Amino acid sequence: MAYSEKVLDHYKNPRNVGSLPKNDPNVGTGLVGAPECGDVMKLQMKINPETEVIEDAKFKTFGCGSAIASSSLATEWVKGKTVAEALKIKNTEIVKELNLPPVKIHCSVLAEDAIKAALADWKTKRGADEPAERAQASAD
Amino acid sequence: MALKLPIYLDNHATTPVDPRVVEAMLPFFNLQFGNAASRNHAFGWEAEKAAENGREQIARLIGATAKEIIFTSGATEADNLAIKGVAEMYREKGNHIITMVIEHKAVLDTCKRLEKYGYQVTYLPVSKEGLIDLDELRAAITDKTILVSLMYANNEIGVLQDIESIGKVCHERGVLFHTDSTQAVGKIPFDVQKMNVDLASLSAHKMYGPKGIGALYVRRRNPRVQLAPIIDGGGHERGMRSGTLNVAGIVGFGKACEIAAQEMPTEIERLRGLRDRLRANLESKLDEVYINGSMTRRLPNNLNMSFAYVEGESLLMGINDVAVSSGSACTSATLEPSYVLKALGVGEDLAHTSIRFGIGRFNTEEEIDYVAERVAEVVSRLRELSPLYEMAKEGVDLSKMQWKAD
Repeated sequence: MAYSEKVLDHYKNPRNVGSLPKNDPNVGTGLVGAPECGDVMKLQMKINPETEVIEDAKFKTFGCGSAIASSSLATEWVKGKTVAEALKIKNTEIVKELNLPPVKIHCSVLAEDAIKAALADWKTKRGADEPAERAQASAD
Repeated sequence: MALKLPIYLDNHATTPVDPRVVEAMLPFFNLQFGNAASRNHAFGWEAEKAAENGREQIARLIGATAKEIIFTSGATEADNLAIKGVAEMYREKGNHIITMVIEHKAVLDTCKRLEKYGYQVTYLPVSKEGLIDLDELRAAITDKTILVSLMYANNEIGVLQDIESIGKVCHERGVLFHTDSTQAVGKIPFDVQKMNVDLASLSAHKMYGPKGIGALYVRRRNPRVQLAPIIDGGGHERGMRSGTLNVAGIVGFGKACEIAAQEMPTEIERLRGLRDRLRANLESKLDEVYINGSMTRRLPNNLNMSFAYVEGESLLMGINDVAVSSGSACTSATLEPSYVLKALGVGEDLAHTSIRFGIGRFNTEEEIDYVAERVAEVVSRLRELSPLYEMAKEGVDLSKMQWKAD
């Protein structure tokens, strides 16, 4: 089983490795997978609160080459997209881009999950702020 | 001296054929090519002579007589023949077989098949060190037990069972003892008399011989073991294994055994030294590395290590100029992590981080040092990419985490 060129490229030169401050209100953090399965992905995005554009993304992954490549690609793709656009990213697109064999498809699924988890986290954080703002507005 | 890349450190999977073995085999392909069973002409006679010579060499290495060596296509076939052959032949006496959870699939799957035919199989558990408990073995034997099958050296972790004591227990209770000695033969001393063994599986390609040839040792005295064949045909190998003998393979196998017998004492020390050097190098460069299985009862050339927070397949990808194997699920076709490591109680997260190094006759100190450096380099790089390493460094107790897995 030889690895695809693209997977090797992402593995050797992963894009956007690192972390964003978890407590920043504009950062959404998604942590998916489990060590027992051999796959854990942490994906973080910094999102502009007005435009909802994803300004920065970082990842860390415990997993095989295909898992690393899938999450690296995910950070590349979400940067510059709006939240709504990022939610539309499908694992099948990742499979196609990286030429993942059938046995590695689940890695792309996890990457899609990571994107969604990070966005959901950001939404939850925003939701925690909103009631205070609405209360303020109605008080005016 | 320039290092030749890639470096082969997967000698439990297979070994390169020793050049002396290749040389011994060559004439038997197109010069002395006769069928050893052709009784009526010189081509057959010389082939038979070569096969008998090979048989002698193999028998001598394990303390057996030539008549007790049955040639097969490899150890997998030998395991099948031993277990199925005894099961069928001794069916009147009983239907219970004892083995253990970390056996090779060639033994485990054969036992599973026999269970389908109504045989009872006990799979003994192993300790954290990878060893069975002799008292548990004693307790498991019943008057219906016809065979105990326990491997001498495990292929993944290199751990050695106490074969001599196991054999004694079996003989006391009148039960036949089979051992899959594939990984041990030619690497460490193995004597079927001293170790009370009745049946033993051997393979050439694990000991610098060719692939496609192995043998089953079948005891003829005290007791005389009888086997039903699993391959029918011309009645070769005393009726136990029909099929034209792979004379070239046998010659190679024999030569490999002869070389092993001569070189074993020095080779053991040299390989143990290299193994210990690799271990020391890695432990000095990296933290949170763990050895899987007993270090005291172990093949001298095996090292099986877990590198916490780094998944095995990604590690193998990073050291692409070194050939080793991993217990990670990602490297297996079935996506299941190593059942051997699981049986040791190694947590599944650590099982995914394991690497098996198998050092061999043709590895050098220079290669070992290069490998240690590459592995340390890649592990460090991948730990920078690892969310688990990050969390561990922050003081998060990973065992208490609630993971969102699908």
